[in-house]
Amino acid sequence: MLAYAVKRIGLGLLILVLVMVAMYAAVFLVPGDPATVALGPRATPELKRLLIERMGLDLPVWWQIVEFFRNALTGNLGYDVWSNRPVSTLVMEALPNTLILGLTALAVALLIGVPLGCLSVMRRGTLADAVIGVLSVGVIAVPSFVVAIYSLLLFAVTLRWLPAIGAGETGDIVSQAKALVMPAAAIALGWIGYIARMVRASMMEVMGEPHIRTARSFGLPEWKIVSKYALRIAIIPTISLVAVGLGSILSSAVFVEAVFARPGIGKLITDAVNTRNYPVVMGTVLIMTAIYVSITIAADLLIARLDPRVRDVFRG
Amino acid sequence: MSSVADASLSVPGRQRLPLLRALLADPFTGVALVLVAGFLITAIFAPWLAPYSPVKIDVLHKLQPPSVEHWFGTDHLGRDLLSRVIYGARTALTIAMVSVAIAGAIGLMLGLIAGYGPRWLDAILVLSFDSLNSLPMIMFALAIITVLGAGTGTLIIVIAATSFPSYARLIRAQTLALKNSDYILAERLLDASPARIIFIHLLPNVVGPLIILLSMDIPVVIMVEAGLSFLGLGVRPPTPSWGSILYDGYTSIRSAPFMVIFGGLPLVLATLGFTFLGEGLRDYLDPRLQLRRPG
Repeated sequence: MLAYAVKRIGLGLLILVLVMVAMYAAVFLVPGDPATVALGPRATPELKRLLIERMGLDLPVWWQIVEFFRNALTGNLGYDVWSNRPVSTLVMEALPNTLILGLTALAVALLIGVPLGCLSVMRRGTLADAVIGVLSVGVIAVPSFVVAIYSLLLFAVTLRWLPAIGAGETGDIVSQAKALVMPAAAIALGWIGYIARMVRASMMEVMGEPHIRTARSFGLPEWKIVSKYALRIAIIPTISLVAVGLGSILSSAVFVEAVFARPGIGKLITDAVNTRNYPVVMGTVLIMTAIYVSITIAADLLIARLDPRVRDVFRG
Repeated sequence: MSSVADASLSVPGRQRLPLLRALLADPFTGVALVLVAGFLITAIFAPWLAPYSPVKIDVLHKLQPPSVEHWFGTDHLGRDLLSRVIYGARTALTIAMVSVAIAGAIGLMLGLIAGYGPRWLDAILVLSFDSLNSLPMIMFALAIITVLGAGTGTLIIVIAATSFPSYARLIRAQTLALKNSDYILAERLLDASPARIIFIHLLPNVVGPLIILLSMDIPVVIMVEAGLSFLGLGVRPPTPSWGSILYDGYTSIRSAPFMVIFGGLPLVLATLGFTFLGEGLRDYLDPRLQLRRPG
């Protein structure tokens, strides 16, 4: 177990380093200098030089990479080119909004998706099962940012039930919760369908096993068999799914935050990309990749703990 | 005599219907097939179907609600929304098909090389597939866009670069499974070159699942294109895209709500159509493959 954990974490760190090296290499290899692109063709040479220096682009590329990691290890991710504020501060201000959004969406999706999947199994072959099946695929297909825009039109613009933009007043939990409803629902919708389908699929396999037959022969009610004996085993694949899922939930958050002008990571990086604010893009990508990779590792370790077979197939 | 031979050769299990009939047998897949066909026709014949030019500005008639002249109304620059939606289908489908084809080709090549090549090369390739796969896709995409600048070309590169690793992974697994099968060993004993083995004997046997996976990824790509164009990081204006129509509509959502409705509807119908069709194809060809993740 320990060897597996060390291997997995080592690989994760290697990935982080590779990503950042690749990004620096890309910036270096692409023709045209970023300063001209950022400032426009009419910028004076002095201004350009100042910006290049500020972004550290005048140093050799390998030195930039070494500097970046040396600074990153001490918590310094560089400075916003335009406002000169530390990137780490910007990320730390935006991150809670995105994490709250992602975790709420995931919690909602699990709370609705898992029971729906169980219901599907209990009523397998009936109309209810078919309806849940079709609806699940349907909600998976619809892009979350379109759901966000349509709910904005319906609940904020037309009905005026919920606030259209922002993350709510600081310190006011009710207003923050109100601002969270639509973005979280928009992201959760597709995941409800996905989780329901996955729980159904893995549970259908479990339902054929001897211990379920034994439970049934004891005359236990179906709901008890499903929730107590089948779900416990069937939930394992869903855990890994949810962990990988949290990463793509954070990705959906980029679009959904744009729709609701929610000041999170998505908005931070989109604005930075639009203004070619390299340090902010690099810093945000590093942090988000680190979070994503750690969640995946944590999930893999959890699964390896629950299911010893996984450890052995790691080499494949 | 022949019937006995046929019976012994046929695969046990349920009888297989021809593909098209099997797809039409399920009502949802049938509707999806019609939707997808409709979008393909719209995309191909856009110049004939669109009543106006999708980029012709007419500021005097901006933000007009739907009418007989403009079925979907006009946008903030007075451009005919129906024409933009029709041309948007062309943008969406072109980018989806081209980038998925490129990603599929790269994935196929690298997957075959990883699966059949020497172990050290396999280790390096698998590490790079896993590194790319373990990135939050959108962060990676935004990083590439920062470097290359927004545009159709960048969009295709971004989509291809973020999706080929999972295709390569699939092909590698398939190749590894076939590598030591009798017919490949026989070829090697006959002194066939690695290129011959890879292209003539392995490739046709590994592409099947890849094609299903590619078809299931088309709606995802359509969504990514629209999403990035919505953020202003996809296709450049004035190229019509469902995502940029949604953005234009979003900025005037209070005064002209019809714009987001008509901009979002084709996107929803297209992703639904392609998803249900992909599901139908998968059920028909290889039910073991998993469902795609929501976006």
